[in-house]
Amino acid sequence: MSAPNTSARTIPMSARPSTPDRAGAPGAERYRSGVIPYKAMGYWEPDYAPKDTDVIALFRITPQEGVDPEEAAAAVAGESSTATWTVVWTDRLTACDRYRAKAYRVDPVPATGPGTSTPQQYFARVAYDLVLFEEGSIANLAASIIGNVFGFKAVKALRLEDMRIPVAYLKTFQGPPTGIVVERERLDKFGRPLLGATAKPKLGLSGKNYGRVIYEALKGGLDFVKDDENIGSQPFMHWRDRFLFAMEAVNRASADTGEIKGHYLNVTAGTMEAMYERAELAKELGSIVVMIDLVIGYTAIQSMAQWARKNDMLLHLHRAGHSTYTRQKAHGVSFRVIAKWMRMAGVDHIHAGTVVGKLEGDPSVIRGIYDSLREPFTSERLDHGLFFDQDWADLRKVMPVASGGIHAGQMHQLLTYLGDDVVLQFGGGTIGHPMGIQAGATANRVALEATVLARNEGRDVWNEGPEILEAAGRHCAPLRAALETWKDVSYQYQSTDTVDFTATPTLG
Amino acid sequence: MRLTQGTFSFLPDLSDAQIQRQLEHALSRGWALSIESTDDAHPRNVYWEMWGQPMFDTPDAGAVMRGVNACRQAHPGRYVKVNAFDSASGWETVRLSFIVQRPAEEPGFSLLRQEGPGRTQRYTVRGYAVERPAGRRYPETDR
Repeated sequence: MSAPNTSARTIPMSARPSTPDRAGAPGAERYRSGVIPYKAMGYWEPDYAPKDTDVIALFRITPQEGVDPEEAAAAVAGESSTATWTVVWTDRLTACDRYRAKAYRVDPVPATGPGTSTPQQYFARVAYDLVLFEEGSIANLAASIIGNVFGFKAVKALRLEDMRIPVAYLKTFQGPPTGIVVERERLDKFGRPLLGATAKPKLGLSGKNYGRVIYEALKGGLDFVKDDENIGSQPFMHWRDRFLFAMEAVNRASADTGEIKGHYLNVTAGTMEAMYERAELAKELGSIVVMIDLVIGYTAIQSMAQWARKNDMLLHLHRAGHSTYTRQKAHGVSFRVIAKWMRMAGVDHIHAGTVVGKLEGDPSVIRGIYDSLREPFTSERLDHGLFFDQDWADLRKVMPVASGGIHAGQMHQLLTYLGDDVVLQFGGGTIGHPMGIQAGATANRVALEATVLARNEGRDVWNEGPEILEAAGRHCAPLRAALETWKDVSYQYQSTDTVDFTATPTLG
Repeated sequence: MRLTQGTFSFLPDLSDAQIQRQLEHALSRGWALSIESTDDAHPRNVYWEMWGQPMFDTPDAGAVMRGVNACRQAHPGRYVKVNAFDSASGWETVRLSFIVQRPAEEPGFSLLRQEGPGRTQRYTVRGYAVERPAGRRYPETDR
């Protein structure tokens, strides 16, 4: 069989010869110049048993018309590891079997394909030998797994759903600089979710007015206030001004309440040098926490994680930008993968969904993400979007942050869905309170403590939540006002990112 | 002022029955209870005085409650709190901590400032109570 025209950069998968299968062919035959199926190049190995030290990726693949799913999976394995579009003899200068990723299992995605509104999709498992990855580098890991392969024409769409990171690789990462346990010990706050709020309006306040919002919210009962993701050093508020007024507010509130308080000072800036400069001032002023945005990039995040560890600083990550690639089910990267990478890269807080608020979040998906951030070991739970057992190798725990359109009247739902080790952030729900910011903060804190108290007493807070909150409101006018103001607010939209799961997915 | 450290400080002071239910909850989770008191509730004073050892082997909330009452009697003018300690792998820390007694008057804290360069301030939080010597900080009630 003659090779197709190899001068063309794009070769339709259907035009790739289906024979001969050169995978088992002698070297001269296997490495003859030309284009052969990825399967035949050794990227499909259905009998492969992944090693404990392999990195495993689970892709959701939508193949182009007429492309065999195993070939599509092999192509993804190839393009995310050693392959190029044609045979290269220089593979023979390497122990190339080891460097090739191996697609070893393909399952049709339930509720896709003929008879549904979605083109047929497949879950493909691909194993990568540990030799392929540089120690302690999310950038290197990401450059392989979500590199060129996501623009590959043979697949209509591709999504990285989940990853199993081997213990051997995890141990090369610093992980969270502080972790949930030490954060709580430093704050001396136990047994309940922490409370926060984002200062609003997010843009336009002068430093002095901004500090007022922080002081009122902390004095009223919050543990943290937060800069928003797009607060940097704009004409209306220079970053130094923001830091100085914010720390005045934090310390005043701490003296007024006898509690440790914090404000996430956003140090996101245009260069690492500028970020370090801002973080150094935060440290000098006695802040316990600094904040960065996801858009600064994986390497910058790891650098800030090292800085935070060295300086005993909590590191808060706002996931600005993630929805551009995490939200659509067919293409992109699942947020659970980003969450895992951020636990490795080393952040102490990460925004991870509210379930009940204004932003995207299916309860089962959120559960899988929270577990991946907080648990020492997560078991395969297809109904939570977790495709693998994952031993976290004693990497410290990340505190998830629930923020966006939540209010005191949802406290029983938040506590039930999200548990104790979470920061609940009520921005509008604090600052928009009819009696003022302090009252808004107090309403949230009373609602939280009353719900935790009732849950610990064995009450069914999921069903009795509204009564519990109403009873707590009898000794707290701000809570009564909050419940009245926001009683009808809920966001009932269908989630776009849900798990696709049947009890036993099999390839028919 | 009202010191708002601890899990339930924004609620009205817990009754003994409410305290007992929290103790039962902690014991049901396998946590060890301990009692601590202080006359210096500075937010960074993490080492309050221990009332005996943490009760690793006490399965009975009633017994812990008797300890709480004994500590209250010995230190009527101090803050007293109960901690629940979880020795499970991955935690090995306090999981619940709440105040079960506070002094009749809570004088609170002052904020001291020291001007530094570039408009910076060095802040110190100082309890008014510690202006008096240890043991005589809440003289109207302490014995």
